[in-house]
Amino acid sequence: MSSTAMGAARDSGAPPRSPRQQRGGLARAQRARNRNAFFLIIPSIVLLAVVIGYPIVSAIVMAFQKDAGLDAATGFFVQGGFAGISNFTHWLLQQCPTSDGGTTSCPPGNLGAQFWSSTFTTFFFTVVTVICETVFGFWMAIIMNRAFHGRSLVRTAILVPWAIPTAVTAKLWFFIFSVAGIVNSLFATKILWTSDDWPARIAIIIIDVWKTTPFMALLILAGLQLIPEEVYEAARVDGATTWKSFWTITLPLVRPALLVAVLFRILDALRMYDLPAIFGGGDATATWSVLVVQQMRQGPNAASALSTIVFVFIFLVAFLFVRFLGANVVQTTQAQQKGELK
Amino acid sequence: MKASRRTRLAAGFALVSAAALALAGCSSGGGSNAQNQDTSGRGPITYVQGKDNNNLIRPIIAEWNKAHPDEKVTFKEQSDNADQQHDDLVQHFQAKDSGYDVVAVDVIWTAEFAAKGWLQPLTGDLKIDTSKMLKPTVEAGTYNGTLYTAPWVTDGGLLYYRTDLIKTPPKTWDEMMADCKIAKANNIGCYAGQYADYEGLTVNVAEAINTAGGTIVGKDGKTPTLDTPEAKKGLEMLVDAFKDGDIPKEALTYQEEQGRQAFEAGQLLFHRNWPYIYSLASTDGSSKVKGKFAVAPLPGLDGTGASSLGGHNIAVSAYSKHKATAVDFIKFMESEKIQREAVVKASNAPALASLYDDPELNKQLPYLSTLKTSIENAVPRPVSPFYPAITKAIEENSFAALKGEKTVDQALSDMQKAIKTAGSGS
Repeated sequence: MSSTAMGAARDSGAPPRSPRQQRGGLARAQRARNRNAFFLIIPSIVLLAVVIGYPIVSAIVMAFQKDAGLDAATGFFVQGGFAGISNFTHWLLQQCPTSDGGTTSCPPGNLGAQFWSSTFTTFFFTVVTVICETVFGFWMAIIMNRAFHGRSLVRTAILVPWAIPTAVTAKLWFFIFSVAGIVNSLFATKILWTSDDWPARIAIIIIDVWKTTPFMALLILAGLQLIPEEVYEAARVDGATTWKSFWTITLPLVRPALLVAVLFRILDALRMYDLPAIFGGGDATATWSVLVVQQMRQGPNAASALSTIVFVFIFLVAFLFVRFLGANVVQTTQAQQKGELK
Repeated sequence: MKASRRTRLAAGFALVSAAALALAGCSSGGGSNAQNQDTSGRGPITYVQGKDNNNLIRPIIAEWNKAHPDEKVTFKEQSDNADQQHDDLVQHFQAKDSGYDVVAVDVIWTAEFAAKGWLQPLTGDLKIDTSKMLKPTVEAGTYNGTLYTAPWVTDGGLLYYRTDLIKTPPKTWDEMMADCKIAKANNIGCYAGQYADYEGLTVNVAEAINTAGGTIVGKDGKTPTLDTPEAKKGLEMLVDAFKDGDIPKEALTYQEEQGRQAFEAGQLLFHRNWPYIYSLASTDGSSKVKGKFAVAPLPGLDGTGASSLGGHNIAVSAYSKHKATAVDFIKFMESEKIQREAVVKASNAPALASLYDDPELNKQLPYLSTLKTSIENAVPRPVSPFYPAITKAIEENSFAALKGEKTVDQALSDMQKAIKTAGSGS
């Protein structure tokens, strides 16, 4: 993309010259322009280094440092020094240090013991919420795509859960799911939604689906609106059922937009923090991000290692998704802007 | 053309990483024990604490400023969230900010801040007189035998009970459990504290263990001592009460507020909570127990139980430039006049022992003399630089035990191991 833009600038910007001058001058002028271009992008590179490069590099540097330990003689903290990969094995292999310098498997109650269970929690939340949100979101999008009386009202109303800040959502549902709350009185149960493992997980999935389905619905709706009505008319003339035209027309044509929406949601769900942190549920609902924040208070260097691990995991998931399902964020957005279909 | 683009890209990437590395290099390093040794500095200072809900601090500071025009105090008010207050203090200490002179410190942060070298030991020129303070509040401010934070406001647990159902409050845990038949006859829950998976659970479990004569960590603040029969007895009291239904199962979701609501709705015979709910339960429109409850000290094995200690102490930053003024200001905050003002205006439990016997204050706050008993018998939560890891170990394992997912023995041995790993670096 950048090369075509540069090429266009070259065509229009080059002053007219005689053919003989052009031969030797062209290469030199080209080099000069390249140099100029290089100087012109330095500010953006510096900006990127400061806002993206610095945090990532400094997190990685910290991840290889030991957290401050206590000097038994003075009772003061001293710098931990170089840690090698012990911060990473702490999480991945659940190794905890012992007082004689060796390692032991982390006991329950140590955050290190919680890495794989929180990995399970994070992926479980991601898979279930993204599937539910896609199905419900599709359904909502199809409804909103029809012309009917009060359509704009429905489109606005459907957005309300998405517009409420997550912290407020979490607190609202905390009251709804409390022991004396409306959910328990409605079904005449006494389920401890905020304390028992599975009820808490289910509650969080319900809340997240309630909150985020509108977002999915809107992204899918944008895709649906690009499908021309004539395609459906032709299908009807050919005698296709509604079900058939959904599978052979709607789904394939909306696929690029759908994949991008699902990719966004997966990345979002893997980073989920605010909902479990505020709603509660203890370790059963502790996602990666919750674990990182808890570790921050115990030792920032081990927390850096954890967030580096999480970063790599999420990057891998996104990479696999793009590689094998062909979700192309940039191309789809451009195509949508031009009103093209893939 | 293609090749040159690649070189440019590579150059750009190299530049980005070089710049980032250079920046990263700046931040690492920096020891923490560099204290400003000058203890005689005088001049304007800043006082930092969490949200001043009752407009207590500003008038106090105005009074000080009137008397000390050359050593004026500025008030820096933090948010009302404890975690945010903690992180704000940590950031300013890490930056060696001399702008935070006197800081309010939650009792559980004392050891962490002291061990980082961020607090000025209150010794030598800066010594303050703590002989008139309640002893546990002084213990909570002491790390490694040195006083780092001065008692300011304190807090202890109280046993709220229903006077319409019980004539004399139980003195011991067994008496209370025996009274549970009254709760059953009235079809309400018997007892509840705070058992949700959060800091309040540590408070309640520590109370049970201390009441039974056990301790969580030894004198050094990091060696776990949970493998004792006393500690087992303590946790067992809670686990058995859950098993028998004497503590209702929904108490596993209770923080302070949910417990208060249950007590106010008349659903509990006994309730462990802080003094703050006294006035709410007597005045709330929705409270069904108005005039039908009273307070007693927490029940123990054969006498008063051991409450955990809450509250805030105040300390001088190691990076302050005006430490003499700072300590004078702390002494002013500890004076009887100001401590009394804090009780009257904000119902803050004072650190000064004599005020608890003041008839006038007792008229305003009927629970004051009971609270004194509670605090005199209180045990501070572990004064340990690894407190966040310790509280996590207690929370997670005791929560599993209360839910019946782990035996008491297993929970305690896991706690023991987890606290041990916390203390051995990493």
